[in-house]
Amino acid sequence: MNELLAILLNVKPVIGAALCLTGGVLALIGTIGVLRFPDFYTRLHAASVTDTSALTIALIGMALMAPSWLIVFKLAAIWAFFFLTGPTSSHALANAAHTAGVEPLIGERARSRGRGSSS
Amino acid sequence: MIGAAALALVVAIVLMLVRALSGPTLYDRVLAVNSIGTKIVLLLGVLGFLTGRPDFLDISLLYALINFVATIAVLKFFRYRSFQVPLLRRSRGRKS
Repeated sequence: MNELLAILLNVKPVIGAALCLTGGVLALIGTIGVLRFPDFYTRLHAASVTDTSALTIALIGMALMAPSWLIVFKLAAIWAFFFLTGPTSSHALANAAHTAGVEPLIGERARSRGRGSSS
Repeated sequence: MIGAAALALVVAIVLMLVRALSGPTLYDRVLAVNSIGTKIVLLLGVLGFLTGRPDFLDISLLYALINFVATIAVLKFFRYRSFQVPLLRRSRGRKS
């Protein structure tokens, strides 16, 4: 049982670093989505990958590498803050764009634009 | 491996900066700046763990707070063209 605990303690920073890398790759994927999507609302959808998955996974990875419980508490505070404000700012952005008259790409226009690039 | 995570975040920030500079509308730019803020929060934490000083998380938390307030403030300014407006929905013609 003690050996199992020792193995677990040794492998914990490695898992944490791997989760941090996963979060970084997810942020990169969300950024590529924001660069390539044709429309503001689809870009908003792609950007929410960073706000939810990448942030959560990277913060869990950092918590696995943390040396003390105070660091874990700070990470949890950052996560809770983003849990509250991420949807709020997304909603404010979508609401402001919709009020200002930014039209989503739907129907024939979107289809003719999608034909040019890969499906 | 943490260095690779930091590198991925830096590349993501640079790519998002391209969207912020070339966004067709104002809202694309605000979205890009907000997303850059999220990535910088992550990058500060990762850099703190990379250099073995996780005290950077305080700066990270502060950056998250300022990022949210800045997004809401920019959106409010470009909707009302002023900061001196209450953010409440106005009742139209109806006094309650």
